[in-house]
Amino acid sequence: MTEGGNRVSIEAELETARREEPGRLAGPTIRVMTRQTEDQSEAIAPGSEEGSVAVDFPPEEVVFDLQSLSCYYGDFRAVKEISLRVPRNQITAIIGPSGCGKSTLLRSFNRMNDLVDGARIDGRVLYHGVDLYADGVDPVEVRRRIGMVFQKPNPFPKSIYDNVAFGPRVAGFRGNMDELVEQSLRRAAIWDEVKDKLRSPGTDLSGGQQQRLCIARAIAVEPDVILMDEPCSALDPIATLRIEELMHQLKENYTIVIVTHNMQQAARASDLTAFLTMGPDRAGYLVEMAATDQIFTRPRYRLTEDYITGRFG
Amino acid sequence: MGIRSQALRPSELVEQRLRGGRTDWPGRLVAGALLLALLISLGILLVLLADILLRAWPVLSSRPLDFLTSPLSARPATAGIVQGIVGSILLMAFVIGLSLPVGIGAAIYLEEYAHDTPMTRLIRTNIRNLAGVPAIVYGLLGLAVFVTTLGMGKILIAGGLTLAVVVLPIVVITASEALRAVPNSIREAALGVGATRWEMVRSHVLPYAAPGIFTGTILSLARAFGETAPLLMVGAIAGTFSATDPADMLTGSYTALPTVVFDWSGKPQDEFRALTAAAIVVLLVVILLVNATAITLRNRYDRRW
Repeated sequence: MTEGGNRVSIEAELETARREEPGRLAGPTIRVMTRQTEDQSEAIAPGSEEGSVAVDFPPEEVVFDLQSLSCYYGDFRAVKEISLRVPRNQITAIIGPSGCGKSTLLRSFNRMNDLVDGARIDGRVLYHGVDLYADGVDPVEVRRRIGMVFQKPNPFPKSIYDNVAFGPRVAGFRGNMDELVEQSLRRAAIWDEVKDKLRSPGTDLSGGQQQRLCIARAIAVEPDVILMDEPCSALDPIATLRIEELMHQLKENYTIVIVTHNMQQAARASDLTAFLTMGPDRAGYLVEMAATDQIFTRPRYRLTEDYITGRFG
Repeated sequence: MGIRSQALRPSELVEQRLRGGRTDWPGRLVAGALLLALLISLGILLVLLADILLRAWPVLSSRPLDFLTSPLSARPATAGIVQGIVGSILLMAFVIGLSLPVGIGAAIYLEEYAHDTPMTRLIRTNIRNLAGVPAIVYGLLGLAVFVTTLGMGKILIAGGLTLAVVVLPIVVITASEALRAVPNSIREAALGVGATRWEMVRSHVLPYAAPGIFTGTILSLARAFGETAPLLMVGAIAGTFSATDPADMLTGSYTALPTVVFDWSGKPQDEFRALTAAAIVVLLVVILLVNATAITLRNRYDRRW
């Protein structure tokens, strides 16, 4: 728990529970799969069970466990039967060609797609073992714990201060707001640039600064996870690099899932990479997920290799 | 290359080519036609305004205050429009009090809460159609519902309710448009940090849409101010019998500025021409002021974000 925190994060609660009662939370619900038998030359059909569940972690490290997740917009299936796991305090990148459902997939992690009329899912999104789409789960609580940074920087047309303070305010934060705002801006590596103009509009900042402001806004509510939907696509290379450095600092405290178009970015900034592509029905599916250096040096599938070497997509 | 002529230096050649020699006749023609359209519409307006001002001049110059504060009268020399002004103000109070909260509320529900279903689309289309219904039809509705069925009689409250119904669809439409102009990324940003739908609407969508909502609704107010036909249907009395006291007007006979204009324009005496014109000038000035308020409010809010 960091100073000025207004609530105990789920992660912290779990940590305490694990210390007090080892074994209770590390239940057998999550299968641990091994891949020793895997043969690089053997052609496993992409999207098959074995290809989909590619990376394994100790169960207590798993933050998200997607089980055969399909996302629909009306009748159109945008994402098809994806199963993958996201470990905590790591940066997981989701890469793939345009329109393969990366953003849709990411937005199912915090129920952002609820806002789209006609959007629905099949399968399960387990967050620390709890299905986020189960009856009675409050999407507002979900989003409070699983924050999001969007493709286009979207600061509120309000002061920099109010941008950061809005989330804690609606969360009922009672502590020292000035401190929390400063701390969030510091952690987003933008404090020095804005400390003298906290009352000026967030929309007056440059694109890169706006995006860091949005990151500060996301971390001000002390989430466990930060989802980033192509956070650098509207930024220049220097601003991009700053965001990547920032992600690297942030992963100490947060689990980060980032969708990116930019393969160099995935290679530079992430620990794990999931590669999605789309089938003839335009539904995105998971080709493989593995440690980032493995994906970029010895991918299991031809499709992945073609994509990362720039032969398609 | 063959293009370069020996007599010309390269820069001269380039200059010659860049200057071109063609005149864009179709372009000029279109620009001219557009300018003409603008001049015609402005010209007609100016002629009308000048004509009204000229006719109103005898009254406005000789007894401007007296005209505003005197009661209606059959004697042109002393006739004023105080009942019309008071009645119109009271009617506007009804329109503001009823159609703004209801209309803006309906718009917020439609834009921020309702899902996009065939039903909501039908409702939306119908609201647009309602905004296009001639006001006299609302007058008939007001007569049937407020005056007769609800037994209010031809009182100002019935007139106020009728006018509120006239502008309600316009308020819904303009407020909807203002809400829709707030980018979705703002909504996602608010929900993304754990705001509820209402917190999102209250703290972000509404404040950002407020300038548009204000402008739109105040402009619809200006329309209600000038509306005559529905008021005639629900019994705004045009003659000199309407009450002078605002309190009496609420429950008794009443009139409004446009109704006065309508009545006076039909009077046979020549003097009433000038009086009619003067009343029209007052009406126009009020509408101008209302619109100016709308624009000022919008500009002030615009600067805030």
